Amino acid sequence: MITLSALDLSLAACLVLALAALSWRMRLGLSGQLLVAAARTVVQLLLVGLVLKALFAHVHLLWIGGISLVMLLAAGREVMARQQRRFTGGWGFGLGTGAMFVSSFAIAILTLVTIIGADPWYEPQYAVPLLGMLLGNTMNGIALALDRLTATAWQQRAVIEQRLMLGATRHEAITDIRREAMRSGMMPIINAMSVAGLVSLPGMMTGQILAGSPPVEAVKYQILIMFLISAGTGFGVTTALWLAAKRLFDERHRLRLDTLNSPRNY
Amino acid sequence: MSRLQVNELRTHGRGPYSLYIADGECVSLRGPSGAGKSLLLRAIADLDPHQGQVQLDDTPCTQIPAPQWRRRVSLLPAESQWWADEVGSHFAGRECPWLRPLGFDPEVMGWQVSRLSSGEKQRLALARALMNRPQALLLDEPTASLDAANVAAVERLVAGYRTDTGAAVLWVSHDAAQAERVGARHLWLTATGFEEDRP
Repeated sequence: MITLSALDLSLAACLVLALAALSWRMRLGLSGQLLVAAARTVVQLLLVGLVLKALFAHVHLLWIGGISLVMLLAAGREVMARQQRRFTGGWGFGLGTGAMFVSSFAIAILTLVTIIGADPWYEPQYAVPLLGMLLGNTMNGIALALDRLTATAWQQRAVIEQRLMLGATRHEAITDIRREAMRSGMMPIINAMSVAGLVSLPGMMTGQILAGSPPVEAVKYQILIMFLISAGTGFGVTTALWLAAKRLFDERHRLRLDTLNSPRNY
Repeated sequence: MSRLQVNELRTHGRGPYSLYIADGECVSLRGPSGAGKSLLLRAIADLDPHQGQVQLDDTPCTQIPAPQWRRRVSLLPAESQWWADEVGSHFAGRECPWLRPLGFDPEVMGWQVSRLSSGEKQRLALARALMNRPQALLLDEPTASLDAANVAAVERLVAGYRTDTGAAVLWVSHDAAQAERVGARHLWLTATGFEEDRP
Protein backbone atom coordinates (compact mmCIF):
# COMPACT_ATOMS: atom_id res chain seq x y z
CA MET A 1 0.00 0.00 0.00
CA ILE A 2 1.36 3.42 -1.00
CA THR A 3 0.98 5.84 1.92
CA LEU A 4 0.26 9.52 1.28
CA SER A 5 2.66 12.16 2.58
CA ALA A 6 1.76 15.66 3.73
CA LEU A 7 3.25 16.94 0.47
CA ASP A 8 0.87 14.74 -1.55
CA LEU A 9 -2.14 16.21 0.25
CA SER A 10 -0.80 19.75 -0.13
CA LEU A 11 -0.66 19.24 -3.88
CA ALA A 12 -4.32 18.26 -3.89
CA ALA A 13 -5.11 21.24 -1.67
CA CYS A 14 -3.50 23.52 -4.28
CA LEU A 15 -6.17 22.39 -6.75
CA VAL A 16 -8.90 23.51 -4.33
CA LEU A 17 -7.08 26.82 -3.81
CA ALA A 18 -6.87 27.31 -7.56
CA LEU A 19 -10.61 26.68 -7.86
CA ALA A 20 -11.27 29.17 -5.07
CA ALA A 21 -9.14 31.77 -6.84
CA LEU A 22 -11.04 31.19 -10.08
CA SER A 23 -14.36 31.52 -8.28
CA TRP A 24 -13.16 34.75 -6.68
CA ARG A 25 -12.08 36.16 -10.05
CA MET A 26 -15.45 35.27 -11.57
CA ARG A 27 -17.30 36.71 -8.55
CA LEU A 28 -19.28 33.51 -8.03
CA GLY A 29 -19.38 34.10 -4.29
CA LEU A 30 -18.39 30.49 -3.72
CA SER A 31 -14.76 30.81 -2.71
CA GLY A 32 -15.49 31.48 0.97
CA GLN A 33 -17.84 28.53 1.31
CA LEU A 34 -15.50 26.29 -0.63
CA LEU A 35 -12.50 27.10 1.56
CA VAL A 36 -14.44 26.72 4.78
CA ALA A 37 -15.82 23.36 3.63
CA ALA A 38 -12.35 22.20 2.61
CA ALA A 39 -10.91 23.27 5.94
CA ARG A 40 -13.72 21.48 7.76
CA THR A 41 -12.96 18.31 5.81
CA VAL A 42 -9.32 18.42 6.92
CA VAL A 43 -10.05 19.17 10.56
CA GLN A 44 -13.04 16.82 10.97
CA LEU A 45 -11.42 13.89 9.20
CA LEU A 46 -8.12 14.29 11.05
CA LEU A 47 -10.02 14.36 14.33
CA VAL A 48 -11.98 11.27 13.36
CA GLY A 49 -8.74 9.61 12.33
CA LEU A 50 -7.29 10.28 15.77
CA VAL A 51 -10.47 9.13 17.49
CA LEU A 52 -10.53 5.92 15.48
CA LYS A 53 -6.84 5.33 16.22
CA ALA A 54 -7.52 5.67 19.93
CA LEU A 55 -10.63 3.54 19.61
CA PHE A 56 -8.81 0.73 17.80
CA ALA A 57 -6.19 0.75 20.54
CA HIS A 58 -8.71 0.52 23.39
CA VAL A 59 -11.50 -1.81 22.30
CA HIS A 60 -14.32 -1.37 24.77
CA LEU A 61 -18.07 -1.49 24.27
CA LEU A 62 -18.54 1.78 26.18
CA TRP A 63 -16.23 3.71 23.86
CA ILE A 64 -17.99 2.31 20.80
CA GLY A 65 -21.35 3.14 22.33
CA GLY A 66 -20.20 6.68 23.03
CA ILE A 67 -18.98 7.38 19.53
CA SER A 68 -22.11 5.75 18.07
CA LEU A 69 -24.23 8.09 20.15
CA VAL A 70 -22.31 11.13 18.93
CA MET A 71 -22.76 9.98 15.32
CA LEU A 72 -26.49 9.43 15.87
CA LEU A 73 -27.04 12.84 17.44
CA ALA A 74 -25.10 14.58 14.66
CA ALA A 75 -27.18 12.76 12.05
CA GLY A 76 -30.38 13.65 13.90
CA ARG A 77 -29.40 17.30 13.97
CA GLU A 78 -28.69 17.19 10.26
CA VAL A 79 -32.10 15.65 9.48
CA MET A 80 -33.75 18.42 11.49
CA ALA A 81 -31.71 21.14 9.81
CA ARG A 82 -32.80 19.98 6.37
CA GLN A 83 -36.54 20.32 7.08
CA GLN A 84 -38.37 23.31 5.69
CA ARG A 85 -41.23 22.73 8.10
CA ARG A 86 -40.17 20.71 11.07
CA PHE A 87 -42.31 19.37 13.86
CA THR A 88 -42.59 21.58 16.92
CA GLY A 89 -40.97 20.75 20.23
CA GLY A 90 -38.96 17.61 20.81
CA TRP A 91 -40.60 15.91 17.84
CA GLY A 92 -38.52 17.96 15.39
CA PHE A 93 -35.35 16.27 16.57
CA GLY A 94 -36.72 13.11 18.11
CA LEU A 95 -38.70 11.78 15.18
CA GLY A 96 -35.87 11.47 12.66
CA THR A 97 -33.33 10.51 15.31
CA GLY A 98 -35.57 7.81 16.73
CA ALA A 99 -36.23 6.30 13.32
CA MET A 100 -32.51 6.31 12.49
CA PHE A 101 -31.66 4.75 15.80
CA VAL A 102 -34.11 1.90 15.36
CA SER A 103 -33.15 0.99 11.81
CA SER A 104 -29.41 1.75 11.69
CA PHE A 105 -28.47 0.28 15.04
CA ALA A 106 -30.62 -2.80 14.61
CA ILE A 107 -29.16 -3.56 11.19
CA ALA A 108 -25.59 -2.74 12.23
CA ILE A 109 -25.75 -5.03 15.25
CA LEU A 110 -27.48 -7.80 13.32
CA THR A 111 -24.81 -7.63 10.62
CA LEU A 112 -21.89 -7.50 13.03
CA VAL A 113 -23.13 -10.51 14.97
CA THR A 114 -24.48 -12.78 12.25
CA ILE A 115 -22.70 -11.83 9.01
CA ILE A 116 -19.29 -10.44 9.86
CA GLY A 117 -18.83 -12.30 13.10
CA ALA A 118 -15.75 -10.43 14.31
CA ASP A 119 -14.43 -11.10 17.79
CA PRO A 120 -15.61 -9.25 19.84
CA TRP A 121 -18.68 -8.42 17.74
CA TYR A 122 -18.18 -4.68 18.35
CA GLU A 123 -14.62 -4.72 16.95
CA PRO A 124 -14.36 -1.02 15.99
CA GLN A 125 -12.61 -1.66 12.67
CA TYR A 126 -15.91 -3.12 11.45
CA ALA A 127 -18.50 -1.54 13.72
CA VAL A 128 -17.68 2.13 13.23
CA PRO A 129 -17.47 2.30 9.42
CA LEU A 130 -20.52 0.08 9.07
CA LEU A 131 -22.63 2.19 11.38
CA GLY A 132 -21.31 5.36 9.77
CA MET A 133 -22.36 4.29 6.31
CA LEU A 134 -25.74 3.10 7.50
CA LEU A 135 -26.40 6.30 9.42
CA GLY A 136 -25.22 8.57 6.61
CA ASN A 137 -27.50 6.99 4.04
CA THR A 138 -30.49 6.52 6.31
CA MET A 139 -30.10 10.16 7.29
CA ASN A 140 -30.36 11.23 3.65
CA GLY A 141 -33.41 9.10 3.03
CA ILE A 142 -35.24 10.21 6.15
CA ALA A 143 -34.42 13.89 5.60
CA LEU A 144 -35.74 13.76 2.02
CA ALA A 145 -38.85 11.77 2.90
CA LEU A 146 -39.84 13.83 5.92
CA ASP A 147 -39.34 17.09 4.07
CA ARG A 148 -41.46 15.82 1.23
CA LEU A 149 -44.21 14.60 3.55
CA THR A 150 -44.55 17.79 5.57
CA ALA A 151 -44.17 20.15 2.60
CA THR A 152 -46.80 18.26 0.60
CA ALA A 153 -49.18 17.97 3.51
CA TRP A 154 -48.89 21.72 3.96
CA GLN A 155 -49.54 22.49 0.30
CA GLN A 156 -52.33 19.96 -0.04
CA ARG A 157 -54.07 20.49 3.25
CA ALA A 158 -57.33 21.36 1.47
CA VAL A 159 -57.27 18.03 -0.36
CA ILE A 160 -56.46 16.10 2.81
CA GLU A 161 -59.30 17.79 4.65
CA GLN A 162 -61.68 17.20 1.76
CA ARG A 163 -60.99 13.49 2.07
CA LEU A 164 -61.55 13.68 5.80
CA MET A 165 -64.86 15.46 5.21
CA LEU A 166 -65.93 12.58 3.00
CA GLY A 167 -65.25 10.15 5.83
CA ALA A 168 -61.68 9.06 5.12
CA THR A 169 -59.55 8.00 8.07
CA ARG A 170 -56.32 9.87 8.70
CA HIS A 171 -54.49 6.95 7.19
CA GLU A 172 -56.56 7.04 3.99
CA ALA A 173 -56.34 10.81 3.76
CA ILE A 174 -52.52 10.91 3.74
CA THR A 175 -51.71 7.63 2.05
CA ASP A 176 -50.95 9.08 -1.41
CA ILE A 177 -48.68 11.72 0.05
CA ARG A 178 -46.93 9.19 2.22
CA ARG A 179 -46.31 6.97 -0.78
CA GLU A 180 -44.73 9.88 -2.66
CA ALA A 181 -42.56 10.72 0.34
CA MET A 182 -41.45 7.08 0.59
CA ARG A 183 -40.45 7.15 -3.07
CA SER A 184 -38.37 10.26 -2.70
CA GLY A 185 -36.63 8.87 0.37
CA MET A 186 -35.75 5.59 -1.37
CA MET A 187 -34.81 7.00 -4.77
CA PRO A 188 -31.13 7.79 -3.99
CA ILE A 189 -30.26 4.30 -2.83
CA ILE A 190 -32.28 2.62 -5.60
CA ASN A 191 -30.49 4.77 -8.15
CA ALA A 192 -27.13 4.07 -6.53
CA MET A 193 -27.74 0.31 -6.69
CA SER A 194 -28.92 0.50 -10.31
CA VAL A 195 -25.85 2.30 -11.62
CA ALA A 196 -23.28 0.81 -9.21
CA GLY A 197 -20.24 -0.21 -11.22
CA LEU A 198 -21.66 1.08 -14.51
CA VAL A 199 -21.67 4.81 -14.02
CA SER A 200 -20.02 5.17 -10.63
CA LEU A 201 -17.58 3.11 -8.66
CA PRO A 202 -18.90 3.31 -5.10
CA GLY A 203 -16.62 5.29 -2.81
CA MET A 204 -16.09 2.60 -0.25
CA MET A 205 -15.05 0.02 -2.80
CA THR A 206 -12.78 2.49 -4.55
CA GLY A 207 -11.14 3.28 -1.23
CA GLN A 208 -10.54 -0.38 -0.46
CA ILE A 209 -9.04 -0.99 -3.88
CA LEU A 210 -6.80 2.07 -3.61
CA ALA A 211 -5.69 0.81 -0.21
CA GLY A 212 -4.65 -2.46 -1.79
CA SER A 213 -7.50 -4.93 -1.24
CA PRO A 214 -8.16 -7.48 -3.98
CA PRO A 215 -11.00 -6.08 -6.15
CA VAL A 216 -13.32 -9.04 -5.67
CA GLU A 217 -13.05 -8.77 -1.89
CA ALA A 218 -13.82 -5.06 -2.13
CA VAL A 219 -16.79 -5.83 -4.38
CA LYS A 220 -18.20 -8.35 -1.93
CA TYR A 221 -18.05 -5.82 0.87
CA GLN A 222 -19.64 -3.20 -1.36
CA ILE A 223 -22.55 -5.52 -2.19
CA LEU A 224 -23.05 -6.23 1.48
CA ILE A 225 -23.02 -2.52 2.27
CA MET A 226 -25.46 -1.67 -0.54
CA PHE A 227 -27.94 -4.25 0.69
CA LEU A 228 -27.61 -3.11 4.27
CA ILE A 229 -28.00 0.52 3.27
CA SER A 230 -31.13 -0.12 1.24
CA ALA A 231 -32.69 -2.14 4.05
CA GLY A 232 -31.63 0.41 6.65
CA THR A 233 -32.92 3.33 4.61
CA GLY A 234 -36.17 1.54 3.81
CA PHE A 235 -36.95 0.59 7.40
CA GLY A 236 -35.79 3.98 8.70
CA VAL A 237 -37.88 5.93 6.20
CA THR A 238 -40.91 3.73 6.84
CA THR A 239 -40.63 4.27 10.59
CA ALA A 240 -40.10 8.02 10.27
CA LEU A 241 -43.03 8.43 7.87
CA TRP A 242 -45.29 6.30 10.04
CA LEU A 243 -44.53 8.44 13.07
CA ALA A 244 -44.76 11.71 11.14
CA ALA A 245 -48.04 10.83 9.42
CA LYS A 246 -49.48 9.92 12.80
CA ARG A 247 -48.21 13.14 14.33
CA LEU A 248 -49.87 15.26 11.61
CA PHE A 249 -53.31 14.21 12.85
CA ASP A 250 -54.93 14.04 16.25
CA GLU A 251 -56.99 11.20 17.69
CA ARG A 252 -60.17 12.64 16.11
CA HIS A 253 -58.59 12.33 12.65
CA ARG A 254 -58.15 16.09 12.28
CA LEU A 255 -55.27 17.45 10.23
CA ARG A 256 -53.14 19.37 12.74
CA LEU A 257 -50.67 21.51 10.82
CA ASP A 258 -50.06 23.38 14.06
CA THR A 259 -47.68 20.53 14.89
CA LEU A 260 -45.36 22.04 12.26
CA ASN A 261 -43.22 25.16 12.49
CA SER A 262 -43.25 27.82 9.80
CA PRO A 263 -40.43 27.46 7.30
CA ARG A 264 -37.07 28.81 8.23
CA ASN A 265 -36.03 32.08 6.70
CA TYR A 266 -32.81 31.60 4.86
CA MET B 1 -84.86 10.92 10.62
CA SER B 2 -82.10 12.96 12.21
CA ARG B 3 -81.97 15.89 14.55
CA LEU B 4 -78.79 17.90 14.78
CA GLN B 5 -78.10 19.51 18.10
CA VAL B 6 -75.26 21.91 18.92
CA ASN B 7 -74.65 22.81 22.56
CA GLU B 8 -72.39 25.64 23.72
CA LEU B 9 -69.98 25.09 20.86
CA ARG B 10 -66.81 27.21 21.01
CA THR B 11 -64.15 27.24 18.32
CA HIS B 12 -61.25 29.55 17.46
CA GLY B 13 -62.26 31.96 20.23
CA ARG B 14 -65.82 32.30 18.94
CA GLY B 15 -69.13 31.23 20.40
CA PRO B 16 -70.75 29.76 22.38
CA TYR B 17 -73.13 28.62 19.67
CA SER B 18 -76.22 26.59 20.40
CA LEU B 19 -78.44 25.32 17.65
CA TYR B 20 -81.14 22.77 17.06
CA ILE B 21 -82.24 21.51 13.67
CA ALA B 22 -85.21 19.14 13.62
CA ASP B 23 -85.29 16.15 11.30
CA GLY B 24 -86.06 17.13 7.74
CA GLU B 25 -85.63 20.80 8.61
CA CYS B 26 -83.46 23.29 6.77
CA VAL B 27 -82.01 26.27 8.63
CA SER B 28 -80.38 29.10 6.71
CA LEU B 29 -77.31 30.82 8.09
CA ARG B 30 -76.01 34.21 7.07
CA GLY B 31 -73.58 36.66 8.59
CA PRO B 32 -70.88 39.17 7.72
CA SER B 33 -67.86 37.70 5.99
CA GLY B 34 -65.25 36.75 8.56
CA ALA B 35 -67.89 36.09 11.22
CA GLY B 36 -66.85 32.46 11.26
CA LYS B 37 -69.57 30.66 9.30
CA SER B 38 -67.12 28.23 7.76
CA LEU B 39 -65.33 27.73 11.08
CA LEU B 40 -68.63 26.86 12.71
CA LEU B 41 -69.38 24.25 10.05
CA ARG B 42 -65.85 22.83 10.41
CA ALA B 43 -66.31 22.48 14.15
CA ILE B 44 -69.68 20.75 13.74
CA ALA B 45 -68.03 18.32 11.31
CA ASP B 46 -65.30 17.83 13.97
CA LEU B 47 -62.55 19.03 11.65
CA ASP B 48 -61.27 21.60 14.14
CA PRO B 49 -60.72 21.28 17.88
CA HIS B 50 -63.67 22.72 19.79
CA GLN B 51 -65.41 22.78 23.13
CA GLY B 52 -69.05 22.00 23.67
CA GLN B 53 -71.12 19.17 22.32
CA VAL B 54 -72.58 18.26 18.97
CA GLN B 55 -75.14 15.51 18.79
CA LEU B 56 -76.94 13.70 16.00
CA ASP B 57 -80.15 12.20 17.36
CA ASP B 58 -78.89 10.64 20.58
CA THR B 59 -75.31 10.10 19.45
CA PRO B 60 -72.74 12.64 20.63
CA CYS B 61 -69.95 13.34 18.17
CA THR B 62 -67.31 12.12 20.62
CA GLN B 63 -68.92 8.72 20.98
CA ILE B 64 -68.26 7.46 17.48
CA PRO B 65 -65.05 7.51 15.44
CA ALA B 66 -64.54 10.82 13.64
CA PRO B 67 -64.62 9.36 10.09
CA GLN B 68 -67.97 7.77 10.85
CA TRP B 69 -69.24 11.09 12.24
CA ARG B 70 -68.21 12.89 9.08
CA ARG B 71 -70.02 10.36 6.91
CA ARG B 72 -73.18 11.10 8.85
CA VAL B 73 -72.64 14.85 9.19
CA SER B 74 -71.41 15.87 5.77
CA LEU B 75 -69.66 19.19 5.24
CA LEU B 76 -69.74 20.55 1.69
CA PRO B 77 -66.98 23.19 1.62
CA ALA B 78 -67.26 26.35 -0.46
CA GLU B 79 -64.41 25.18 -2.63
CA SER B 80 -64.32 21.48 -3.42
CA GLN B 81 -61.07 19.56 -3.81
CA TRP B 82 -60.31 16.71 -6.16
CA TRP B 83 -57.33 14.40 -5.87
CA ALA B 84 -57.65 11.95 -8.77
CA ASP B 85 -57.54 12.75 -12.50
CA GLU B 86 -60.95 11.35 -13.38
CA VAL B 87 -64.28 12.32 -11.85
CA GLY B 88 -65.31 8.68 -11.44
CA SER B 89 -62.39 7.86 -9.13
CA HIS B 90 -63.93 10.15 -6.52
CA PHE B 91 -67.12 8.09 -6.56
CA ALA B 92 -65.28 4.78 -6.00
CA GLY B 93 -66.90 3.44 -9.16
CA ARG B 94 -70.36 3.42 -7.60
CA GLU B 95 -73.55 4.41 -9.37
CA CYS B 96 -74.57 7.96 -8.42
CA PRO B 97 -78.33 8.66 -8.52
CA TRP B 98 -77.90 12.44 -8.26
CA LEU B 99 -76.14 13.08 -11.55
CA ARG B 100 -79.26 13.49 -13.70
CA PRO B 101 -81.08 15.85 -11.30
CA LEU B 102 -77.95 18.00 -11.35
CA GLY B 103 -77.84 18.04 -15.13
CA PHE B 104 -75.12 15.48 -15.85
CA ASP B 105 -75.04 12.40 -18.06
CA PRO B 106 -73.45 9.26 -16.63
CA GLU B 107 -70.49 9.86 -18.99
CA VAL B 108 -69.36 12.58 -16.59
CA MET B 109 -67.65 9.83 -14.61
CA GLY B 110 -65.04 9.58 -17.35
CA TRP B 111 -64.34 13.31 -17.50
CA GLN B 112 -61.04 14.85 -16.49
CA VAL B 113 -61.29 16.87 -13.30
CA SER B 114 -58.87 19.45 -14.70
CA ARG B 115 -61.39 20.33 -17.42
CA LEU B 116 -64.38 20.88 -15.13
CA SER B 117 -65.72 24.40 -14.73
CA SER B 118 -66.11 25.74 -11.20
CA GLY B 119 -69.89 25.32 -11.48
CA GLU B 120 -69.55 21.70 -12.59
CA LYS B 121 -67.17 21.03 -9.72
CA GLN B 122 -69.59 22.53 -7.25
CA ARG B 123 -72.51 20.39 -8.42
CA LEU B 124 -70.41 17.22 -8.62
CA ALA B 125 -69.08 17.88 -5.12
CA LEU B 126 -72.65 17.87 -3.84
CA ALA B 127 -73.36 14.58 -5.60
CA ARG B 128 -70.15 13.16 -4.15
CA ALA B 129 -71.04 14.26 -0.61
CA LEU B 130 -74.49 12.67 -0.89
CA MET B 131 -72.92 9.31 -1.76
CA ASN B 132 -72.31 8.77 1.97
CA ARG B 133 -76.08 9.19 2.55
CA PRO B 134 -75.42 11.76 5.29
CA GLN B 135 -78.04 12.34 7.98
CA ALA B 136 -77.06 15.98 8.31
CA LEU B 137 -75.80 18.33 5.60
CA LEU B 138 -73.65 21.38 6.26
CA LEU B 139 -73.67 23.37 3.04
CA ASP B 140 -71.18 26.24 2.70
CA GLU B 141 -72.48 28.45 -0.10
CA PRO B 142 -73.26 25.48 -2.33
CA THR B 143 -74.49 27.56 -5.27
CA ALA B 144 -71.92 30.38 -5.29
CA SER B 145 -70.67 29.67 -8.81
CA LEU B 146 -73.90 28.44 -10.43
CA ASP B 147 -76.27 30.04 -12.93
CA ALA B 148 -79.97 30.47 -12.09
CA ALA B 149 -81.09 27.15 -13.63
CA ASN B 150 -78.47 25.18 -11.73
CA VAL B 151 -79.17 27.06 -8.48
CA ALA B 152 -82.77 25.90 -8.80
CA ALA B 153 -81.64 22.33 -9.54
CA VAL B 154 -79.44 22.23 -6.44
CA GLU B 155 -82.14 23.71 -4.22
CA ARG B 156 -84.64 21.17 -5.55
CA LEU B 157 -82.25 18.27 -5.05
CA VAL B 158 -81.39 19.22 -1.45
CA ALA B 159 -85.08 19.74 -0.60
CA GLY B 160 -85.91 16.33 -2.11
CA TYR B 161 -83.08 14.60 -0.23
CA ARG B 162 -84.20 16.26 2.99
CA THR B 163 -87.81 15.15 2.71
CA ASP B 164 -86.88 11.64 1.50
CA THR B 165 -84.33 10.91 4.20
CA GLY B 166 -85.30 13.29 7.01
CA ALA B 167 -81.82 14.79 6.99
CA ALA B 168 -81.17 18.01 8.87
CA VAL B 169 -79.68 20.79 6.72
CA LEU B 170 -77.68 23.87 7.69
CA TRP B 171 -77.38 26.10 4.63
CA VAL B 172 -74.88 28.99 4.56
CA SER B 173 -75.77 31.56 1.94
CA HIS B 174 -74.82 35.13 1.12
CA ASP B 175 -78.02 35.62 -0.79
CA ALA B 176 -81.00 36.78 1.31
CA ALA B 177 -83.51 35.59 -1.29
CA GLN B 178 -81.99 32.10 -1.30
CA ALA B 179 -81.93 31.95 2.50
CA GLU B 180 -85.61 32.85 2.44
CA ARG B 181 -86.38 30.17 -0.17
CA VAL B 182 -84.51 27.22 1.34
CA GLY B 183 -84.77 27.74 5.09
CA ALA B 184 -87.69 27.21 7.41
CA ARG B 185 -85.80 29.24 10.00
CA HIS B 186 -83.13 31.83 9.50
CA LEU B 187 -80.08 32.56 11.63
CA TRP B 188 -77.59 35.42 11.61
CA LEU B 189 -74.11 34.63 12.90
CA THR B 190 -72.10 36.95 15.14
CA ALA B 191 -68.81 36.30 16.95
CA THR B 192 -70.70 35.49 20.13
CA GLY B 193 -73.75 33.58 18.98
CA PHE B 194 -76.81 33.49 16.73
CA GLU B 195 -79.53 36.03 16.19
CA GLU B 196 -82.80 35.53 14.40
CA ASP B 197 -82.36 36.61 10.81
CA ARG B 198 -85.14 38.22 8.74
CA PRO B 199 -83.99 37.97 5.17
